[in-house]
Amino acid sequence: MKSIIAFELYKIFRRPRTYIAFGAIAALIVVIQFGLKIDGESYASFLMKDINDTLTVDGKVLNGYLICYILLQLLLVHVPLLVALIAADMISGEANLGTLRLLFSTPFTRTEWVLGKFIAASIYTIVLLIWLAFLALFVSMWVFGTDDLFLMKSNYVVLIQEKDVLWRYVGAFVFASFSLLTVTALGFLMSSMANNSIGPIVGTMSAIVFFTILSTLNIPLFSIIKPYLFTTHMNNWKEFFDIQVNDGNEAIAGSILNIAKIKNSLFVLSAHIILFVTAAVYITKKKDILS
Amino acid sequence: MKKVIVFAFFYCCSNVVIAQVDPLIEKVSKKLGLVNDYVAEGVMKTDVSFIKASLGKVKVYFKKPNLLKVKKEGGISLLPKGGVSLTINTLLNTKKYSTIPGGTQVVNGKTLTVLKLIPNDDNLDWVISTLWIDPVEALVYKTATTTKENGSYEITMQYGAYAQYGLASKIVFSFNTKDYKLPNGITLEFGDEDPAAKKKLLKNKKGTVEITYNNYIINKGIPNSIF
Repeated sequence: MKSIIAFELYKIFRRPRTYIAFGAIAALIVVIQFGLKIDGESYASFLMKDINDTLTVDGKVLNGYLICYILLQLLLVHVPLLVALIAADMISGEANLGTLRLLFSTPFTRTEWVLGKFIAASIYTIVLLIWLAFLALFVSMWVFGTDDLFLMKSNYVVLIQEKDVLWRYVGAFVFASFSLLTVTALGFLMSSMANNSIGPIVGTMSAIVFFTILSTLNIPLFSIIKPYLFTTHMNNWKEFFDIQVNDGNEAIAGSILNIAKIKNSLFVLSAHIILFVTAAVYITKKKDILS
Repeated sequence: MKKVIVFAFFYCCSNVVIAQVDPLIEKVSKKLGLVNDYVAEGVMKTDVSFIKASLGKVKVYFKKPNLLKVKKEGGISLLPKGGVSLTINTLLNTKKYSTIPGGTQVVNGKTLTVLKLIPNDDNLDWVISTLWIDPVEALVYKTATTTKENGSYEITMQYGAYAQYGLASKIVFSFNTKDYKLPNGITLEFGDEDPAAKKKLLKNKKGTVEITYNNYIINKGIPNSIF
């Protein structure tokens, strides 16, 4: 299995297409960081308009932690599309080139090949996420400095102490890895069903867009299915940045408001990963490689 | 003509009476006058319905006549807009006001004298301020101030070890808050809204900032650059 993973990783990182995602993420983050460095104060003033009517906010609001949160909000919606570029090509690309029958004629079983390819695609996804974390969090901390995280949500504001922030990002990135691995698994499943690369890539992207729209629509009819859609749960990394308060409305450091929601989302995402990969293994085992 | 002169005389006299500063205010001012400057360390608690914030250590700097600065030690602080600077020191040290007696009231078991201050200087930020003063200790336990631009504030005080200087051990600023709402398109929070957060918002429109002081360093000098 190790040799399959190493072999697949070699193939992934030899392809120029792999680096599109790294380049796109770097370009987006740098552009946003540059914009916020130059004109971030007016952006912060716009966000804090309602608060400034009542309160004076003293401190470095636009710090690395807030910048990272803004970046993750913007990027974690789109990174799945970049993941699909690689994951959805893993099996169908081989089928298209005619190399799938060569792979399946080796001493390794089809299941081993599928699982090895999935693990390799997952490693690519994790590396991409680490790259995102490095640029969004650590570079932002370096460029903008650190302070308390002043988070402006739709209905309320959360002020998290500086020492209480970093572990939340670790949690958020671990959660995000589950979200992206679900997309990897979906792309993988699509890939197992096709004999060319374009179909599964576009299919995965379309599925993400379609289910994301269903998840965000507040129409009662769709509320029944929303809890079962993986796209409903993918954005719940934000729950790491909501905090409990006591009876005196005093925030409890180190707490998470809705830990049950995070656990439920992780369960749903994990179930999707297992379901998609199992289905991919089943379909690949039944796949006709002679035609 | 005689009537006009008599009316003008009484009118002027009445103004002189109003313009006189109450002896109790003088007593309070004398006590506060012992303090030229101070640095106080304390713990600040912000309680606003739409804000989740934890306790924070603060340093409060004061210098005569009315320089005041609250600084949070490492971190972001939230203070009522314009309200914190309106402490008793900053109100009374201006010396540009008239007092109107308002009788007595019992607050927390203490019989306090109520005095209203009206500024004589149009440039001052506040319009009227009511003070609840203990006439025996010459300590102000409560103030209610209406400002020109930043609404109304109520400040209640508790005293401890530094009462002889008229310095409080705990101050609670109460102020009205406005609505807070950011569009989901900006916060990128789509989907179901948290009903608990909505319910909480409707509950309370009044905000408070509490500062509990641990210790004061009095009359050791503070550079103006701090403010």
